[in-house]
Amino acid sequence: MTDIAATAPTVIGRSLWGDAWARLKANRAAMFSLFYLALIAVISVFGPSLVPHQYTTIYGDYVRTPPSLSAYPKADTIETALTEAIKRMRVDIKEWRQEGNKVFVIVKSAKPIDDRNIRYLDRSDAFDDTKIESKSPDGLEVTMSASIKQQYFLFGTDNTGRDLLSRTLMAGRISLAIGLLAGVVAVVIGVVYGAAAGFAGGKVDEVMMRIVDVLYSLPFIFFVIMLVVFFGRNFVLMFLAVGAVLWLDMARIVRGQALSIRRQEYVQAAEAMGVGQRGILLRHVIPNLLGPVVIYMTLLVPQVIILESFLSFLGLGVQEPMTSWGVLISVGAKNIGTANWLLLFPAFFLVTTLFALNFVGDGLRDALDPRDR
Amino acid sequence: MLRYVLRRLLTAIPTLFVIVTMAFFLMRVAPGGPFNQERGLSPEIRANLEAQFGLNDPLWLQFVHYLGNLLRGNFGPSYNMPDFTVTELFAKGLPISVQLGASALVLALLLGSMLGTIAALNQNKLGDYTVIALATAGSTIPTFVIAPVIQLLFGLTWRLLPIGGWGDGAFINKVGPVLTLALPQIAIVARLMRGSMIESLRSHHIRTARALGLSDWSVVVKHALRGAILPIVSFTGPAAAALLTGSVIVETIFSIPGVGRYFVDAALNRDYTLVMGTVVVIAIFTIVFNLIVDVMYAVVDPRVRYD
Repeated sequence: MTDIAATAPTVIGRSLWGDAWARLKANRAAMFSLFYLALIAVISVFGPSLVPHQYTTIYGDYVRTPPSLSAYPKADTIETALTEAIKRMRVDIKEWRQEGNKVFVIVKSAKPIDDRNIRYLDRSDAFDDTKIESKSPDGLEVTMSASIKQQYFLFGTDNTGRDLLSRTLMAGRISLAIGLLAGVVAVVIGVVYGAAAGFAGGKVDEVMMRIVDVLYSLPFIFFVIMLVVFFGRNFVLMFLAVGAVLWLDMARIVRGQALSIRRQEYVQAAEAMGVGQRGILLRHVIPNLLGPVVIYMTLLVPQVIILESFLSFLGLGVQEPMTSWGVLISVGAKNIGTANWLLLFPAFFLVTTLFALNFVGDGLRDALDPRDR
Repeated sequence: MLRYVLRRLLTAIPTLFVIVTMAFFLMRVAPGGPFNQERGLSPEIRANLEAQFGLNDPLWLQFVHYLGNLLRGNFGPSYNMPDFTVTELFAKGLPISVQLGASALVLALLLGSMLGTIAALNQNKLGDYTVIALATAGSTIPTFVIAPVIQLLFGLTWRLLPIGGWGDGAFINKVGPVLTLALPQIAIVARLMRGSMIESLRSHHIRTARALGLSDWSVVVKHALRGAILPIVSFTGPAAAALLTGSVIVETIFSIPGVGRYFVDAALNRDYTLVMGTVVVIAIFTIVFNLIVDVMYAVVDPRVRYD
């Protein structure tokens, strides 16, 4: 025995988690999805402050502007924007010309023109830095100059002229946050409840699980709508509540696992060797429970995101001007005839995120399921 | 078997009673009432309305009244659509939702089992991967994305289908909603079928059938299918109950006058009788379809017996 131990090469054991990580790394779809999710999370968290537009800013001149890689205003819309602004001054355009990034316009009127009129040009979303270049001696003719404000709307703008890119990113922030928040609430309640039932066993377990059965039998949508009715449209409260509804599956899974782990031979062996309750719990039960919990959590987050979108779609979830992918998609669905980008961009973000979450969930299941080895 | 069915129907009564009771009291605990709209009625009118519908009685008395009416098949008047009783509303909307749901279910079962079988027969080959990819897409993309995309492609770009509306049940008006309802279900059925078919193809009687020289077609359709179909049967129960009672999303997007919207609208407007009616209808559908599925189980698999 002793010389075998002496000659054997030192084998570095791999822990359960090291092993799982190695297998997850070998799963290309799951790894790619993981990177994609990280990317979505980063651009959702930091994106809204980097995009030049606020998600609430309304550009009155750019309502339902189609997405474009080049800057607005386009060459052919400058004249319209200019005549619009000049019309508000209640003066007439004598002539105008564009020089590079600036426009020069000569206006005339029957009455002397007030200098403060230039603010009408500044108020337009297309121009700023308006100056009076020269004035005719009688004050009836004024030459003004203004620089053209270059603005990019990569995803276009919505019905009220808000930038869709910043709104989509902001919506991602809300949708992901809600998914995580409600997911964590559900997991915490489910794990505590299920573990308690599984450990208590006997009568207590039976009563606790009957309660879960009763809650299961009520139509889920009825539950959610009752929650909306109770909590009003305060979405943080509501999603805490939604999380509190979704814990049922988690509780069942954890209870089943806890029961089966307790009956495993290695637990019996540990008991026979005199390991205390606490030791068995920490060393054997919890590490073995973590796998299913992690897997279920990754599958729960997309469920919550879909649920949030569903509620927002019905007008019960997140309220304006705050936004989420569900809100954006519901607006997009109503405008597909005239502005399909309102549907396509948010739908793309939502669907790809759901895909990625599913792939990560499947990958984790393959990586953590010991039966598959 | 008959005794089993009767016993199941009898046990459904307490279940229904619990569901009705819970829904009734949950609904009443919620703040607000059917006549507190934003543009409020004058207090006198409201008092009269509430008196007319018996809303001033003690809650237990209202509950007893409601149960009594329910037993006589009377769901009561709708509070927010005062020209209709709840029964009339369902008589109008339910056939529409059932038509759409049933078509979607049949489509899902046929197409899903076919795709699942194809995948199982080509395990780990191109056909398999294609079906898995389609199934993943179908079960991941939510209905409220599928529906407007179908409208956008088939309705606006190619102009093959109307964008929405019921059109008195014209076939062309049903295509979009049925497709939207069926796609996620097709995905689920295909996945279930693939898994159970792979298992069924590995069993001994299939090996025997092959050894006896039966054709591939007869092995799969006559012998493997019968064993593989059980998970699909148990899927059909809850799926049928959910599909036939209408979908809020699909009916809203395609402007279909079915019963899918009743639940949401009624709960938000505190239309108590309509909410209760919807709960009862959904519960009955669920109970009946689960019973049918359990009976079907015994028909498909003779090893299952109910005594």
